[in-house]
Amino acid sequence: MRLIALALRSLAREWRSGELGVLLLALTIAVAALTGVGFLVSRISAAVDLQASEVLAADLRLGSTQAISEHYADEATRRHIDTARITLLLSVVFNGEQSQLSDIEAVSAGYPLRGNILVADEPFAKGTVTRSLPRPGEVWPDSKLLAAVGAQVGGQLSIGAATFKIGKALISRPDQGSTFAELAPTVIMNEGDLPQTQLIQPGSRVSYRALFAGDRSRIDLFKTWLLAHKTRSERLRDISDASPQISSAVERAGRFLSLASLVSVLLSAVAVAMSARRYVARHLDTVALLKTLGATRAFTLSINILQLLIIAVTADIIGSGIGFLAQEWLIHALKGLLATTQLPPASLTPIGIGLLTDVAVLAGFALPPLLQLSRVPAIRVLRRDIGPPPALILLAFGPAVAVVVFLIYWVVLDWRLFWGFSLGLAAFVLLLTGAGAALVSIAGRLRGRVGVAWRYGVANLSRRRAESVVQIVAFGMGIMVLLMLAIVRDDLSADWRRTLPINLPNYFFVNIPPGERTAFVDFLKERGAQTTRVLPMIRGRMTTINGRPVESYPFGRQDGDNLATREQNLSWAQEPGENNRVIEGRWWTKADFGKPLVSLASEMQAQLGLQVGDHLSFDVAGESFNVTVASIRKVKWDSFEPNFFIVFAPGVLDDAAGTYLTSAYFKSTSSHTLAQLARKFPSVSIFDIDELLTQVRSMLDKAVLAVQSVFAFTVFAGLTVLLAAVQSSRDERRYESAMLRTLGASRSTVLKGLLAEFTTLGLLSGLLAAMGASVAAYYMTTRVLELHYSFEAWVWAAGLGSGAILVAFSGWVATRSVVNQPPLSTLRAG
Amino acid sequence: MVWSDAEATAAPAMSTMDHAQAPKIRESVLKAENLTKQVSSPEGPLTIVHGVSFDIVAGESVAIVGSSGAGKSTLLALLAGLDLPTTGRVLLAGTDLTTLDEDGRARLRAQRVGFVFQSFHLIPALTALENVMLPLELAGRDQARREALEALTRVGLKERTGHYPRQLSGGEQQRVALARAFVTRPAVLFADEPTGNLDTVTGGRIGELLFELNAQSETTLVLVTHDRSLASRCERTIRMEAGRAIEEASAQTGGVRAVGDAWA
Repeated sequence: MRLIALALRSLAREWRSGELGVLLLALTIAVAALTGVGFLVSRISAAVDLQASEVLAADLRLGSTQAISEHYADEATRRHIDTARITLLLSVVFNGEQSQLSDIEAVSAGYPLRGNILVADEPFAKGTVTRSLPRPGEVWPDSKLLAAVGAQVGGQLSIGAATFKIGKALISRPDQGSTFAELAPTVIMNEGDLPQTQLIQPGSRVSYRALFAGDRSRIDLFKTWLLAHKTRSERLRDISDASPQISSAVERAGRFLSLASLVSVLLSAVAVAMSARRYVARHLDTVALLKTLGATRAFTLSINILQLLIIAVTADIIGSGIGFLAQEWLIHALKGLLATTQLPPASLTPIGIGLLTDVAVLAGFALPPLLQLSRVPAIRVLRRDIGPPPALILLAFGPAVAVVVFLIYWVVLDWRLFWGFSLGLAAFVLLLTGAGAALVSIAGRLRGRVGVAWRYGVANLSRRRAESVVQIVAFGMGIMVLLMLAIVRDDLSADWRRTLPINLPNYFFVNIPPGERTAFVDFLKERGAQTTRVLPMIRGRMTTINGRPVESYPFGRQDGDNLATREQNLSWAQEPGENNRVIEGRWWTKADFGKPLVSLASEMQAQLGLQVGDHLSFDVAGESFNVTVASIRKVKWDSFEPNFFIVFAPGVLDDAAGTYLTSAYFKSTSSHTLAQLARKFPSVSIFDIDELLTQVRSMLDKAVLAVQSVFAFTVFAGLTVLLAAVQSSRDERRYESAMLRTLGASRSTVLKGLLAEFTTLGLLSGLLAAMGASVAAYYMTTRVLELHYSFEAWVWAAGLGSGAILVAFSGWVATRSVVNQPPLSTLRAG
Repeated sequence: MVWSDAEATAAPAMSTMDHAQAPKIRESVLKAENLTKQVSSPEGPLTIVHGVSFDIVAGESVAIVGSSGAGKSTLLALLAGLDLPTTGRVLLAGTDLTTLDEDGRARLRAQRVGFVFQSFHLIPALTALENVMLPLELAGRDQARREALEALTRVGLKERTGHYPRQLSGGEQQRVALARAFVTRPAVLFADEPTGNLDTVTGGRIGELLFELNAQSETTLVLVTHDRSLASRCERTIRMEAGRAIEEASAQTGGVRAVGDAWA
């Protein structure tokens, strides 16, 4: 108790001396950077998981072409897991004479287990959420189907042998998918009505889905059970593989942002080490006295450790608060980048991680000097020249190295990445340090040419050379990354606009029914649109590769499985198309038409390892096609023309049910035409590429903003290093200032000197940042992104300006009191 | 100033009376046995304290005098267990300091020893009261605040308990240090040049207070000083010369003479 009281009492008083403030500030910034990223990533990953559940309409989904045993549902119910069933089939839906091939979804009570169904009273209207399902004898067709067959809510539709009342227009359902192909017209109906339609006959193409949802832990256990009990032909999907690209993208982005925040943590650690050093120097006498008065070594150490822990917890609380606010702001700024509007609340784990990091930084960077402090002998009270015995190098630097290794590995969780990042960062810091040292020495040589205040300021920089270099590097680093990101972002969006041809297609048209193909193209041409190729689009699945089922095919890459097993968009064409270059094998000639050949995009080769001559089989609407890979194409996807990963030779797929797609360039004034088009061809989906591009650009801007905001913390961390350095030179500065004033310098001359010193420091930081940013951005744009790099004068102006202003201001704030003290009191005390 | 000359003059007279009435045979409280301290220097080993032996009994006041570098402070450090002798041993309140480790000696100091230093050595982060409470807290006493307040009242600083060291004058700081030294009622009080950093008048007053408190608490006083008048008020004087100890004056007369010198 007396230990805590004593620790608290002296902590409160120590506060005035400054270095604890710097310590707290440094730790707070480290925590803020870490928790900000932590909160953000936790919320976005939770949102992605939730979204993924909605894509499945469940947490787990078992799919099969055979009816699924009730046994699974019984087991799920026993485990308090919700269940539902969907039966899917493809059939023609009639409204009188008008018909449309549609997906029929017969759903059981409980559907959807995740996400919502939106319905309306007329097609294409804004939907409202419903918790009910079509009543017996009722169907809910989607807008596209209603438009295609010219039906209205309240009318009737015939499906198979039965006729149904149209209860609602289906606006959206959670598992409707988002790819072009999955946007086929759909109707949902009550499961109980399915027998009346008589659509399920032996040999009919039906698929079944069983849906499961519940507590995460129960679902995990049930998943294990299901994997052990399901048949081979039953396919299990859960939220982790529902949207693997998004999940892994979020994970990668999260890791990148965590690494970015780690840079702030490491800089803060430098500030912590500097503050701890001064703290120890100032407390040698106190600890010696405590020992003289009877305190044991453990007692003096405990007080210091307790104080550090109090500071760590305080920093964690304040830092987490700042991190949370920063994250809230970022989420707000990133609106639109994230598909969902409702983000789940952030998890509290980052607060714990923040505290752990804080304690680790203190243990690595502040504890070794404190251990030294506790070793100061009591006899120092009589002989001030006696300090603590020298520390072992291992004890002095070992913990710091261990903590840095721990923190980096913790974020990357991979030794190769660890070495990559550590060595990269070390090389980067070394390079900057070298450049910083060169700048300081150049500035030192130029000081003969400036006035007295500047000469005094620059002389100070040269004298405390090591500290100056540390400050320039620590501070320049953050500014540099911010500048680099800004240049790359500018180059990226400028280049995009520059490289796009004027008449590039700006609209995509998907789901053009075969019977309307000619009329549709004529319609476009009559209204002055420049059209591109019209290609058929057929849905199918790859089933085997060289005789082996794709599910068990050994792909070299993780994402190969997903690319191979997903539903594919297939096409066929006579010509490869302008923006396709055959890089392997050969394109077919007229003589090859009707032969079972396919041409693959080079991405399929890269990700699945497929080669010319490989045998593939596809399942298209129940029919099996065995084909041979004839060629590999390099596709220029940014031509915005219709292109496919998998293109068949003409005469193979011609009879398969499918639709057409094309793209066209319209002048921007033709919205009227588009409205006409939508009315005349209701089943056609229209995609505005300009809008997509604008979205992509705004997403890019937002992504850059996210990264920049993380690096803003790096700038602040750099400032704490500056403050720590100023703190450690405070006594010296106070004495010098008093000396100068005693010698007749006015207060303003001394102040000008300090200002000159910090302005120079800031200018050098800014110069270093601008140089580094320009070099890095040049490399990024020309080598990595293969874009045009343009020299930007503003980078230099921004670097120099922001460096000078920020450092001069902070330095002035930190040293002001030094000058304000009357010289006499300082000289007496010194 | 609460401190008055009347109080100051009354103190030494009482102190001499107390000593006169004390029993003739008193037990040994601090015993040096053949103490030697050697340190290594660029010119080879250097002997700072050379075979010093003496015995100090409870309640006795002993001045250690000598020129700079004669080994006074080193001897004090050895006696207080702040440092260990190269050979020989120190018995403090019956415990051989050389058999204890650093923490063991610290614990013994917390229970039995008080200190007053030339440069006061108050902890700048703590108030006057907190500085006085510190040794009580280190010794694990319950009534730290009350005892510390009493001690500060005794040195005339009742009104300044909440002041920090930098808000106090040199003399006031040393009075806080005296309160801190006596508050634990130590068996032995070590004072290292307690008036060395003070002007003559203030130093004189601090000296008076030191002896007064010492008399009140019957503490054994070991005083290292240059100040002859201060030294002469002690019962015994040990002169250090080139690391060796020479017993100088006899007790009572010196003490009485010192009082006369100071207030003549």
